[in-house]
Amino acid sequence: MWSFSNIANSIHEWLSNNFNPTWTIIIEMVIAGVAVISLFALLGLVLVIMERKVSAWMQIRLGPNRVGPKGMFQSLADTLKLLVKEGLTPGGADKFLFNLAPFIAMIVAMLLMAPIAFAKDFQLWDLNIGVLFVSAVSSIMVISILMAGWASNNKYSLMGAMRSGAQIVSYELSAGLSILAVVVMTGSLQVSEIIESQRNGWWIFKGHLPMLIAFVTFIIAVTAETNRAPFDLAEAESELTAGFHTEYSGMKFALFFLAEYVNVFIVCAIGATLFLGGWMPFHIGKWEGFNHVMDYIPSSIWFFGKTFFLIFLIMWFRWTFPRLRIDQLLNLEWKYLLPISMINLLIVTAMAILGWHF
Amino acid sequence: MGASSLIVLIIAAIAFSGIAILVSKLVLKPTTNKQKGEPYECGIPTQGKTWTQLNVGYYLFALIFLIFDVELVFLFPWAVVAKGMGWIALVEIVIFFFILFMGFLYAHKKGALKWM
Repeated sequence: MWSFSNIANSIHEWLSNNFNPTWTIIIEMVIAGVAVISLFALLGLVLVIMERKVSAWMQIRLGPNRVGPKGMFQSLADTLKLLVKEGLTPGGADKFLFNLAPFIAMIVAMLLMAPIAFAKDFQLWDLNIGVLFVSAVSSIMVISILMAGWASNNKYSLMGAMRSGAQIVSYELSAGLSILAVVVMTGSLQVSEIIESQRNGWWIFKGHLPMLIAFVTFIIAVTAETNRAPFDLAEAESELTAGFHTEYSGMKFALFFLAEYVNVFIVCAIGATLFLGGWMPFHIGKWEGFNHVMDYIPSSIWFFGKTFFLIFLIMWFRWTFPRLRIDQLLNLEWKYLLPISMINLLIVTAMAILGWHF
Repeated sequence: MGASSLIVLIIAAIAFSGIAILVSKLVLKPTTNKQKGEPYECGIPTQGKTWTQLNVGYYLFALIFLIFDVELVFLFPWAVVAKGMGWIALVEIVIFFFILFMGFLYAHKKGALKWM
């Protein structure tokens, strides 16, 4: 059957038949690099148009509809426009840090692609501490935001960056604790093993109510971590013009924008992997016939379907909840989410030891 | 692909951003203007220095975060073996959380979690 892992294997076989081992590795690296870059660019384009179309749909208006069929090439046109804009560096700015920040944002977003399983047996690096890697690398993102805000020599930027710093580090805790709930159940940090443990049902269904609480906490925490509304204090348009990237223009702004959207994709992919079974099709216990029908749908469609469902959910939040104030935001995390997710972790541990999941 | 994928990804990220910025630099001719270099603060001339003192609240939260983040790092190896160890793992983590929670309550009593 047609699948990503078959393509990867046949490329690997063809290369090792025609070249010596060193060249095979080098060519494979180049192919992987080009593939990841194209995926990156494609994701950026798709997510931006999706965001605008979803917003339009929520507000009962048309949204972009001039460029291409139903406005589908709008984000491509926007990219071209940004390409011919001058990338200004303000006079009083710290030039080195100012130019370094978008690179760090991009590197972080790119590195997070490594442990994600896009389809069955199709993963860049199935490292044995995959989940820890994700939570470790994603916290570097805050450094690029602080760097951008500090180096801009702009009060709005600095304020946005400080808010964002306080917010991201706070919500990292409950995101981490809700990830740990899944790790306790599986007993492994490896992404492929976590997916394999959901063969007979996804954790959100298998784990009863505590797992559902963990999922909800995770979604709230990652919405805050990616600086999306209702937690978009870092770039609150109506208060701080554009927050930490007020001074960025042209391609450097586009890189921040891209990294932000790809981060949304990545956290949703992690959420889909941990709680909704990644590429694993929807299986119900012993219904063999039903399970067979579900297996016919390719694994990549399952993965992208779940991920885009979560992305849609996060876009939905934006048009449902008003923005929080900074003290409300920190209260929500420290007084509610953190104690809830700590107690929830204890309950999940007791459940895992008693075996109260099926 | 193994660990080499990290190198590939870092190089890909730098190449992608570098090429994008370089292309945009080649495409256009920069113009000079005295007001271009000024910080954008809604068109109003900027007042005073930017790099100045900020609310202490941000730093307090960062400090409390540090405690809990270290706790989280300790929890990762525990979580992997918790299921196999049985009840002793739960008892240990309850004691651990209790000590941590005392510190949290102390910070709360001292008003570190209140936004000023």
